[in-house]
Amino acid sequence: MFDRRLIECFDWGLLVITLLIASVGLGVLYSAVTAGEITATHVLFKKQFVWMGAGFFIMFVSVLVHYKYLDKGSLAIYAGCIGLLVMVLVCGKYVGGSRRWLALGAFTMQPSELMKLSLIIMISSVYSGAASEEGLGFRDLIRPGLVLALPFMLIVKQPDLGTALLLLFITACITLFVKVEKRVFITCASICAAAVPLVWFVLKDYQKARILTFLNPDRDPLGAGYHIIQSKIAIGSGMLFGKGYLKGTQNALSFLPEQHTDFILSVLAEEWGLLGCAVLLFLYFLLLIWGLNISYSCRDMFGSILAFGITIMIFWQIFINVGMIMGLMPVVGVPLPLISYGGSSVITNMAGIGILMNISMRRFASS
Amino acid sequence: MIMKGPDREWLKRRLMGGAFFMLIAFAVLTARLFYLQIIEGEEYLRLSENNCIRLKSVEASRGLIYDRNGVLLVDNRPSFDLKIVFKDARPIHKTLETLAGFTQIPLEELQAKVDGSKGGAKYKPLLLKKGISRDQLALVESHSFDLPGVLVDVEPRRNYVYKKSAAHLIGYLGQINGGELSSGKYPGVRGGDSIGKYGAEKVFEKLLRGKRGGRQVEVDASGRLVRVLKTVDSVPGKNLFLTIDNTLQQTAEAMLQGKAGAIVALDPSNGDVLVMASNPSFDQNDFIGGISSKKWKKLLAHPDRPMSNKAIQGEYPPASTYKMITAIAALEEGVVDASTTRFCSGQYKFGNRAYRCWKKWGHGELDLLGAIENSCDVYFYRAGEELGVDSLAQYAKGCGLGKGTGIELEHERPGLVPTSAWKKKRYGVPWQPGETLSIAIGQGFNLVTPLQMAVFTAALGNGGTLYRPRILKSVQTLNGGMSDVKAPEIIGGLPAGKETLKIVRKGLLDVVQGNRGTARSIRIKGVEIAGKTGTAQVFSLKKKDRESNKRLDYKLRDHAWFVCYAPAENPVIAVAVIIEHGEHGSTAAAPVAGAVLRAYLEEKGMIEREVQVKE
Repeated sequence: MFDRRLIECFDWGLLVITLLIASVGLGVLYSAVTAGEITATHVLFKKQFVWMGAGFFIMFVSVLVHYKYLDKGSLAIYAGCIGLLVMVLVCGKYVGGSRRWLALGAFTMQPSELMKLSLIIMISSVYSGAASEEGLGFRDLIRPGLVLALPFMLIVKQPDLGTALLLLFITACITLFVKVEKRVFITCASICAAAVPLVWFVLKDYQKARILTFLNPDRDPLGAGYHIIQSKIAIGSGMLFGKGYLKGTQNALSFLPEQHTDFILSVLAEEWGLLGCAVLLFLYFLLLIWGLNISYSCRDMFGSILAFGITIMIFWQIFINVGMIMGLMPVVGVPLPLISYGGSSVITNMAGIGILMNISMRRFASS
Repeated sequence: MIMKGPDREWLKRRLMGGAFFMLIAFAVLTARLFYLQIIEGEEYLRLSENNCIRLKSVEASRGLIYDRNGVLLVDNRPSFDLKIVFKDARPIHKTLETLAGFTQIPLEELQAKVDGSKGGAKYKPLLLKKGISRDQLALVESHSFDLPGVLVDVEPRRNYVYKKSAAHLIGYLGQINGGELSSGKYPGVRGGDSIGKYGAEKVFEKLLRGKRGGRQVEVDASGRLVRVLKTVDSVPGKNLFLTIDNTLQQTAEAMLQGKAGAIVALDPSNGDVLVMASNPSFDQNDFIGGISSKKWKKLLAHPDRPMSNKAIQGEYPPASTYKMITAIAALEEGVVDASTTRFCSGQYKFGNRAYRCWKKWGHGELDLLGAIENSCDVYFYRAGEELGVDSLAQYAKGCGLGKGTGIELEHERPGLVPTSAWKKKRYGVPWQPGETLSIAIGQGFNLVTPLQMAVFTAALGNGGTLYRPRILKSVQTLNGGMSDVKAPEIIGGLPAGKETLKIVRKGLLDVVQGNRGTARSIRIKGVEIAGKTGTAQVFSLKKKDRESNKRLDYKLRDHAWFVCYAPAENPVIAVAVIIEHGEHGSTAAAPVAGAVLRAYLEEKGMIEREVQVKE
């Protein structure tokens, strides 16, 4: 099963890109946790180092087994993740008013992260049997709709609106990728357009206030608005070349909120300037194009959709996170792939990249 | 047509679309980065150099507490807190030295605070000293240019106007602890904040607590305010009006001075708690900002338990005040009627034991009214014997005993109404008929709280309705108006018919107004009072000890009870008094209740104000 041809076809390029981004991530994280004088700082760095190691391990494990087994096992993986999400609601850990984490002995995990991947696998499996030249009809959308609705509601309940919307975006992109009939597209688009004002009238005042703050952090000048302004100061003050590694002042004075998780790119921007950001964005873009290319080179429908789905997942995380810290997007808890601190995120993205490699190296094998 | 493998051209078109989409998105991100870092970069660099955007929180003032007549009981006074921002206070040692020179605060004390905070964020103000004086404030403010990074925050601090008064009812504040923080019950509360820890301060925390606001401000290099960028107003807490009457509370507490005990006074028409006093008390102001462990230990070690609210936590045998329940039960069950007489010889032989009446040589022939007026034990021994313990218990429970009254305060004790099943379960031995005799006169296993007795007495006074006692009268709404919290809540009715109540009430009237009544001494001109004395045995004593002339050891002396209401026909107040180790209800407790009644009736204008004359 594991013949020489597979090894010859191993996607070294993807591995190199991944390694480069991961090392940038560790470098920035080191600055974020040491210069900021958070107590017990180095522990976080060491932990992330271990997570990265585990991530690469998971990545190589993902490479070993032919991805067609993911198709066959998609329902089981999906059901498992749904089970974890239910457990979060029942016995999850409360942090800052929401239940997102499961405590498993010494470490905690965030099942909504894993859900992203398992949803993509499940959706790809559903669409691979339904895709046609003409595009998907209304009937074809019922099953994926249900597949999305279940985890969506469970995650909204946590509540984690950001991750829930991320799932929605990913599913929508995959659906568009697979192509829908023109009339389906028009109907869905107009339903959405009509639904937004309707939903608005149903909401209670405090819910409206919450959504307005979500869309416009300036409404909450002591919370999200303050975080955004500090983040913008950090990014802007980096200018073209940055203040130098470990020399970021916003970072050093722990002005930045969550500087090692969601706002880590602000640290990079402050210390490395526009140049550093451009390099990272370029690496990311390379990764995404690589992913699309894998989707193109794949010979079966499931593999193609899966590769596209994983790529679009990584894309949305980057876009939302980077947009957020610059004040272009609502403040949501979406981590920057391979850079932000957090085990569940690292594992999920590494596993996703592993699946991309898996698809890539089997592109010449007949199914 | 379903596709087996993706068509190359089709796939290419779809993917190109995706790639184009991503390219645009990345272009947007890069453009934004360019805007922030190149075009606006200089301005952000300037802002970052002093790290000059800060958050200053604006504390919300906690709601004030008034009595039922609008007398201020608890307010907030400004407290000036000395703080320092490390980042701006450079060189730090020199600043501290200057500061110590101005304020006369020992340098070591300041240094210790600074040393103790290593590792904290450098731009966040560190508290150096709470509550500095106005003189120190003036010096610090006028020398602010010599004291970079030093600032004075004005924060409201809780102030309890009447020291030690109604302390158990009003309660106190304390710093929130880790467990309370993580419980999620206190949204918007941060570490270091004060929350209600006891009494009304705790149970009405949600009403009293306001919502913190804040300001986003720009400061200059030495931490001085340049401009306010954004403000979120704080929302003050709501002002509360309690049901207690401060004048009456003061009178009650004065009467308790030097004694251990409790007084509860209720409005019989709705359950309003007019007085809740428990002595000895504690000074709530000691708890603000954390009580010193020396003071705390002293409070805990005090033999008369100042930290316990005896009005709701003190459980005592009800003694003769229980005879009303025995009388109700006996009348309702047909064991006696108004004309049934018994002969009291001073003792009652039951089995091989003689149960004594408190009057050694006996009361002679008595009917029920006479038995209540004289508090004859023998009459009630016989009634209890015929009723049995479980029938008595049913009536006691019907009168609201044996369970909490449901007052808003925490830690209320339920008391105890013994039954034969209870004893079997608790001690594993069957009920002895002789024990029923003790129960019938309120001794033995019986336990009640002063509040329970007050609620019961109020029900006797108002014609049989048990109201849930309450301490919150109204809440001030934001526009200054009042909102009554809720209608009076009925928790039950006495298990007594009209005729029964009439007889019992007549008996209680005779206790004060009758010629031989045990509480004749507290009569007030112009108003009829109904009441009942009680003397609760703390310790079972041999006959000879009790009769010896030597005064008993304090801890062995009986508790003194008195419950009453006035005016007898249509009462406006019901009072229950317990004086621990006061010995006799008629001499120790009744005068205390009498003073409270008099003060209230005077305040209501129902009797003439009396010039203090020694009787």
